Amino acid sequence: MPPLTAPTAPHDLENQIRGFLAAHDPHTTARLDFLRARFDAGLAWLHYPPGLGGQSLPRGLQPAAERAFAEAGAPDNDPRRIGIGLGMAAPTILAYGTDEQKQRWLRPLWCGEEVWCQLFSEPGAGSDLAALATRAVRDSGDWVVNGQKVWTSMAHEARWAILVARTDPDVPKHQGLTYFVLDMTTPGVEVRPLRQLTGEAEFNEVFLTDVRIPDAHRLGAVGDGWRVAQTTLMNERVAIGGGATPREGGMIGMLAETWRTRPEVRDPASHDRLMQLWVAGEAARLTGQRLSAQLAAGQPGPEGSAAKYAFATLNQQVSGLELDLLGEEGLRYDDWTMRRPDTVDFVGRSPGYRYLRSKGNSIEGGTSEILLNIIAERVLGLPGEIRADKDVPWKDLPR
Amino acid sequence: MSDELLYSEPEEDLRAAVADLLATRAPWSAVLARTGTSEPYDADLWKALGAGIGAAGLVVPESLGGAGASLREAAVVAEELGKAVAPVPFLGNLTATALLLALRESGAGDAADEHLRRIATGEQTAAVAIPFSTPPDWTTIGSLSVTPWPPSAEVHEARLTGRVTSVADALPADVLVVPADGSIYVVPASEARREPVTSLDMTRVLCDIEFDDTPAELLTIGYEPLRLALLAAAAVLASEQLGLAERCLDLTVEYVKTRRQFGRAVGSYQGLKHRLAQLWVQIAQARAVARHAASATGDEQAIAVAVAQAHCSTVAVQAAEECVQMHGGIGFTWEHPAHLYLKRAKSASLALGGPSRHRRRLAELVNLPPSAPTR
Repeated sequence: MPPLTAPTAPHDLENQIRGFLAAHDPHTTARLDFLRARFDAGLAWLHYPPGLGGQSLPRGLQPAAERAFAEAGAPDNDPRRIGIGLGMAAPTILAYGTDEQKQRWLRPLWCGEEVWCQLFSEPGAGSDLAALATRAVRDSGDWVVNGQKVWTSMAHEARWAILVARTDPDVPKHQGLTYFVLDMTTPGVEVRPLRQLTGEAEFNEVFLTDVRIPDAHRLGAVGDGWRVAQTTLMNERVAIGGGATPREGGMIGMLAETWRTRPEVRDPASHDRLMQLWVAGEAARLTGQRLSAQLAAGQPGPEGSAAKYAFATLNQQVSGLELDLLGEEGLRYDDWTMRRPDTVDFVGRSPGYRYLRSKGNSIEGGTSEILLNIIAERVLGLPGEIRADKDVPWKDLPR
Repeated sequence: MSDELLYSEPEEDLRAAVADLLATRAPWSAVLARTGTSEPYDADLWKALGAGIGAAGLVVPESLGGAGASLREAAVVAEELGKAVAPVPFLGNLTATALLLALRESGAGDAADEHLRRIATGEQTAAVAIPFSTPPDWTTIGSLSVTPWPPSAEVHEARLTGRVTSVADALPADVLVVPADGSIYVVPASEARREPVTSLDMTRVLCDIEFDDTPAELLTIGYEPLRLALLAAAAVLASEQLGLAERCLDLTVEYVKTRRQFGRAVGSYQGLKHRLAQLWVQIAQARAVARHAASATGDEQAIAVAVAQAHCSTVAVQAAEECVQMHGGIGFTWEHPAHLYLKRAKSASLALGGPSRHRRRLAELVNLPPSAPTR
């Protein structure tokens, strides 16, 4: 067992990891045992506090640790599959959970034993999330929840959900919300696939009918749900930022490969367009790399909020040009079957799929228009939008 | 590795020193006032920046009296100069310095060293006699004839005749490094006739240079050092463009917060907010590509510079154009600085090869060939 004194330099951390690997051979230790031991040794998420999988270290040390484990052939916690838990639920539990809640939820979350999903968006509350209508009413020691949530990835596999519901309709919309953790196996939770324009169903609709949540599963104070949800949403965008990708690592690489290997698709007008997008891709890539370097050096910058906007725009332009180049082949689509993928796979599908799926990039996780508002208001300090609904009780808002 | 994309502490110190100097000595009102005079370059400011802060000899090796810095530090100085559109020959002098450094390697040692020494002390300012629009991958060059012909490494004296047009930063130069007919010469600036050109960019006034059987000293045979120098210049220009774009965004954001129409600050309208946010995203990217271009070496340098020039040229022009537009009427007047930035931005995007020229070069470098000619 390595010492629990905090390493002050990457060098100390390397020694710790080496010691851990010597004690837990990744090739002979069972996957879950290995992950649990790694969590207990404080080598899971390094910036988390001791006892909860970390050592309160700077976030910037994480990539080096992940590399060291990967190089040793260690099993990972399948981060793509549990992305919502890692990126959104966990930071919120850490910030607002009781000790008991943290002990119960964080370890199985990080180890990938329990999948999490997010019940925020509703058919009537997208960009205006605070207008949501799902009601939670107190009934002795429980809350009884009724409503409909939408765009919920992994709901069909999730054990737990983070949920925001309206507990007081008589106050303005931001003030009447409360944040809960919902056991997805509770009676009254119904999950239906939501088929999207690509043909498949990555997401779900979740119908909640007289669902009972114990008050012990509330995160934060009653009526404080909006503030708690901000923690979740801020971390969503940090998580999207992501690490270093190689040159031509994204969709632009597929477009470049098509151009290189198929001279018959080339035409002079498309050539400059291709190069413009290649430059845009390289600019976005280097900006992401600069952001990671800033985080590692402990100088977090606001560039993170720009990364999602830039990649959404770029993906749409690149995939559109790919179809233009392909001509007749672009008329054909690979598969309209309703499949249920866990993660988005841009690489394994046809160019038509990339074109269609990337349309979601500027809608999911904050529309491009909302992201531009955020940059304009929070980074540039420009005046906020006029809010007609600000001081009106939620129940009196026109709907 | 990716720390190269950040600014180091010494770089920030250098930036602060340059910014302080420019804030007191080159406010935009002074820069604008100078454009109407017969002295388009600010000699006193250049002295304070070049010799005082040491910007003139920044990339000259310490053994020759310079600061021994890299293009990264030069790029930081250029960012600040771009913010102020300061009328100093920093870029031209840097290009000549990079050329002299490159041709030290090709055997022009002593002569180049002597010039570099004088550049480092601020005793002389140098410029390369080449049209400012010349891209690093130019293919033909030279309107000058050389006698005796052909040049030989044994005979160092030659005479140049002909005209070079649209040269940047040559007006305040003491010495001209002259590419002519495949070789590189050096000529005291006073020996050539320099005619100021009415330039689109009023803060970097060009000149045409006339050589008439002008005595010149041969430095080296071959143009490879020139290609390297232009690549260095293009890398640093990208940072100047970044600084200009940042200043244009700052000025515009400040203005739209205070300008009111229809009872609201105009910056509260999404029609402006979203464009400014998009510009901010573009500038954040410009910072990353410009830092990379100033750091890259070897084969990567040509790719990084082409990317940075294609991106930063476009962003600087966009920033300056938005600055004019979002200032409305006042932005279209002579007494507001927006036009100084617009003129610098557009000119800089034509300098050292425009964005489409850089994209074409990039296509060759990353193996994305244009379509075959149709038969």
